[in-house]
Amino acid sequence: MRDEDRAPLPTTPAAPPVDRRRFVQVALAACGAATPVLVGLVRLPRASAQGAAAEAAAAEGYDPTGHRYGMGIDISRCIGCGRCVAACKAENDVPLDDHHFNTWIERYVIRTDGAVTVESPNGGMDGFPALAEEEGVRRTFFVPKLCNHCENPPCVQVCPVGATFTTRDGVVLVDEKYCIGCRYCIQACPYGARWFHPTKRVAAKCTLCYHRIVKGLVPACVEACPTGARIFGEVEQRATPLARFMRFNDVQVLKPHLNTKPKVHYASLDGEVR
Amino acid sequence: MQGYIYPNEFELQWGLLIVLYPYVTGLVAGAFILASLERVFNVKEVQPTYRLALLTALAFLLVAPLPLLGHLGHPERSYEIFLTPNRQSAMAMFGFVYAWYLAVVLLLEVWFEWRRDMVRWAEESHGAKRWLYRALTLGATDVSERALRFDDHAGRWITIIGIPSAFLLHGYVGFIFGSVKANPWWSSVLMPVVFLFSAIVSGIALVLLLYMITSLIRSKPIDMPCVDKLATFLFYAIVVDVSLEALDFIHRLYESEESIDILARMVESRLFISLIVLQLVLGTLVPLLLLGFFSPALRRGSSARGAAELRRLVYLVAAVLVEIGIFSIRWNVVVGGQLFSKSLRGLTVYKMELLGQEGLAIGVALLALPFFILWGLVALLPPWEHVPAATGPGAGVPAGTS
Repeated sequence: MRDEDRAPLPTTPAAPPVDRRRFVQVALAACGAATPVLVGLVRLPRASAQGAAAEAAAAEGYDPTGHRYGMGIDISRCIGCGRCVAACKAENDVPLDDHHFNTWIERYVIRTDGAVTVESPNGGMDGFPALAEEEGVRRTFFVPKLCNHCENPPCVQVCPVGATFTTRDGVVLVDEKYCIGCRYCIQACPYGARWFHPTKRVAAKCTLCYHRIVKGLVPACVEACPTGARIFGEVEQRATPLARFMRFNDVQVLKPHLNTKPKVHYASLDGEVR
Repeated sequence: MQGYIYPNEFELQWGLLIVLYPYVTGLVAGAFILASLERVFNVKEVQPTYRLALLTALAFLLVAPLPLLGHLGHPERSYEIFLTPNRQSAMAMFGFVYAWYLAVVLLLEVWFEWRRDMVRWAEESHGAKRWLYRALTLGATDVSERALRFDDHAGRWITIIGIPSAFLLHGYVGFIFGSVKANPWWSSVLMPVVFLFSAIVSGIALVLLLYMITSLIRSKPIDMPCVDKLATFLFYAIVVDVSLEALDFIHRLYESEESIDILARMVESRLFISLIVLQLVLGTLVPLLLLGFFSPALRRGSSARGAAELRRLVYLVAAVLVEIGIFSIRWNVVVGGQLFSKSLRGLTVYKMELLGQEGLAIGVALLALPFFILWGLVALLPPWEHVPAATGPGAGVPAGTS
């Protein structure tokens, strides 16, 4: 139908019929030839980016392969003072407003009728106000939260450019010179542990104070905790504080049904905590 | 804010621009699938819209990456998605899916479809225009019977490749959301399929609208069998789409997972206007009733009810409502997925900026842009049927495009 409606065209004798077919052939051949070059491009820069991180660590005489970091949190010890939150903000240059946190504390109040109230004013950094009404409270406790440095991290999986990655010692980091700021990782994190840096315009999160731990120090939040509610250490080695903590407590992780395999382990975790 | 949200959830990360992205790519996929109806499935009635649908798909596809780019924290690094894609990331595939669809499917199909006309326009016009068309033919000026047959075959094969590609393009967008296990509102295996069928709905409605409006502007009679057919397909597509959405909804309610309470609260409060009123009632039920009653979809012998004048008005209204409804679907997915806390204990609000990088002004501009591009494309490559020779020289760009 379409062909009939068209005006008849004079044929141009100038161009031989093979012209276009030849063009298509050449174009296809060029595409085929370019593919290995493109694939090469795809792989190379990524390899060098990871190499840079490893080189920096090696220069300080640190071998990441011998470590597997995690954290233990003893909920029964947390008093909700917020020192860890303040220490983290100071150490890691986190904006001081009330909606950017690498770590924060939640207070749960569970009443006798089963009603649950959760709050985290300013991330718990300034502590918590006294409960308005203590009548009818069944139990109440504080839960420190932070990035779980998952074994199976959804944030790393979704990052389109590989700017967020797991180090060989098991810490999930963001390369802020590489992140394009798409925020897919923030959507993918089930724990709300990631945030978008308002001035750097990249995804940001808890680094487990990577700059400290490679020097043998503990993360700032662990150092600041007055009650020892946070235990930093190696997940797999036997003679470390974290290994002891995990041996002598019933530990659980957050949202285990999502199969993210967190490396932050909680003792005395209530079923209401999500 | 209501209840408890994680402190980092205070800011919504994906706003209006990310609503536009699936909306625009959906229109691309839908318009292309409509075009394929004529080309591959030989639905002759919709032939007057074939070329318009192709140009519409191209115009919207050219705009599709812009909302994404505008939303990035570092747009200047966006090329990394091509150079160092994380092969595990659904989003990393965007560049490749997009490039494939643009270069291999749409541009090629448009080129083969218009090549003969471009050769003719190059001969008929003068000066810069002559050189422009000559350049666009890429030097392939052979319009012999054999060459034209090759064009037709190539176009047909590209369309055959194009259909799964269009499914890929938009199904993939659905997968970006559907694969986020952290988010119970998004995480659904049906998401890519729902995206796809809503895309088809929106694409048919858009081409129907554009065809009717451009005919009006050109003072040409509207081909009634064509719009009746489009309305029929629109009706069927909505039926499939709404069935899938209903399946998703019933499945969620029946499974009643831990997220059901907070999601129900969200739908009743935060999404009441955009989901119940706009998406369901105005965007789905009203068009279904209108099209079901007036279009030939449900009538024996494919005869339509009502005068042609009335049907045109009904189709116009239905298509506009459908577009509003599909936009609401995108909004409810993207924004809705961020209005509840992943702690499942609270709801937050989305405050849209008026100006600013992701504000309303930019959003409106980005949504208007494809229409300007389409206007330019239509001027360059008029999609209308050619009036044989009578128009004489200089008729390369018909007045109807102005």
